[in-house]
Amino acid sequence: MSQIKPDARQAIPATDSAVSVRNVSKVYGDVQALKDLTLDFPRGELTSLLGPSGCGKTTLLKIIAGLLPATSGEVLINGRAVTGPGPDRSFVFQDFALMPWATVLRNVAFGLELRGVAKSEREAVAEKYIAAVGLAGFEQKYPHQLSGGMRQRVGLARALSVKAEVLLLDEPFSAVDEQTRRKFQEDMLELVQNEKKTFIFVTHSIEEAVYVSDQIAILLPRPSRVSEIIRPASFRDKGVANIRRDPEYLDIVDRIWASLRNYVE
Amino acid sequence: MINRSLMLKLLSGLIVFGAWEIAGRVPISYAFPTFLESMAALARMTFDGTIFVAYGETLRPLVVGVAISAVFGIGIGLWIGLSKQFEWLFSPIFIVMQAAPLAALIPILVMIYGIGLTSKVFVVCIMAMPVIVLNTASAVRNTPVSLKEMATSFLAADRDVLLKIILPAASPVIFSGLRLGVSAGFIGAILSELKITPTGVGDIITYSRSIADYPSMYAAIFSIILLAVLFLNLLEKLENILFEGNNRGYVSD
Repeated sequence: MSQIKPDARQAIPATDSAVSVRNVSKVYGDVQALKDLTLDFPRGELTSLLGPSGCGKTTLLKIIAGLLPATSGEVLINGRAVTGPGPDRSFVFQDFALMPWATVLRNVAFGLELRGVAKSEREAVAEKYIAAVGLAGFEQKYPHQLSGGMRQRVGLARALSVKAEVLLLDEPFSAVDEQTRRKFQEDMLELVQNEKKTFIFVTHSIEEAVYVSDQIAILLPRPSRVSEIIRPASFRDKGVANIRRDPEYLDIVDRIWASLRNYVE
Repeated sequence: MINRSLMLKLLSGLIVFGAWEIAGRVPISYAFPTFLESMAALARMTFDGTIFVAYGETLRPLVVGVAISAVFGIGIGLWIGLSKQFEWLFSPIFIVMQAAPLAALIPILVMIYGIGLTSKVFVVCIMAMPVIVLNTASAVRNTPVSLKEMATSFLAADRDVLLKIILPAASPVIFSGLRLGVSAGFIGAILSELKITPTGVGDIITYSRSIADYPSMYAAIFSIILLAVLFLNLLEKLENILFEGNNRGYVSD
């Protein structure tokens, strides 16, 4: 067996990354949004992109999603360069992006519908994920009948149901209230544990980033670059209830604020 | 609640028709019949079949014209909404069409297409099409960007984006354009019968007026309004069946 593909085995790097961003720049007209940005996203972990507004974190996420072309540089997913949206990635939108004319069931199954999966099959998958995000019983409701938090659960179920390897979340909890948000953050930790996917999470909340992330990339603006990568070490296994009073958690939150405060106007 | 809204509808009908009846009895003019006289005339025309023969004549240019306007109007509107070039090319034509005084154009149409069905269909189209085209175009242009991005990120082909996102998202405004277009089409159909050749309902109106049979004239006018209202309600029902979640507006935040 070992003789068959010696090259492939050699190519696997020491730390296995699902997504690699290599020297990516993005220019809008005469505005340089991203400059020569390089970043690795380890497989099976949650990486946050954190930074002040205007630092290009959403732009970077959309380039990884294939929704925006990079001006130069490349994004590799499992070693393959991104040229557009692909079945290996799915996206959770800040404003939910639910179709108001479709039921929860059809919204969740929409990704599979576009892939040509048969109706009965895709609805079975959708029902499973609707239950997984805690919305069982709401399959036939329309988005306007749901609260903000429930709408984002629909968005999450839609992203999970296409079984993509990489989940891209663009400030998913910024439009829901504080209490719902805390519940979401706890659910996120569980999801990362259970789903074995790579999560890329854009947020502007320092506490949120430290709470949910295995790795935090701090982006600084104008033009955007990675200033620091922080990997919290000790508090992840202490249980969701204890994280917020762990000394390392508090230290990291303080440290990030110290480096970001000069960039907030 | 349903009973209450039905009650209110009946009440408002009662007030309007009551006022008509009183105004006819005063009378405000010898050419203004009472509500009951007009209804009697309508019943008479219904039983002897005159009204059905008349509508057979009137509905032809109306249905053909509205169908053409709906199909081409939505088609051209989609095109204009999707492409900047076509907006430059076509949009001014429809804005001019919407602003032009139609009665002044009718002699030109008659000169070109004669006094037959073609001219009447044209009049209906000129009335109905611009508002359908312009509404469709602006609805398509205002499709929420995040919905289009969502579809693209879930691997939608251009065709899917058009059929599953842009069209349903635009449908409330397209349907309101259709409603306006259809009611303008009704105006166009009657106008063409009054201005080009008196046929159908236009003939009843012109003829009854010339022999001073005012109840029949008002009965014909009343019937066309009734038909237009019924048709518009039907269109609204169709919209609610097709896009159920839409009737309570958009959910973005």
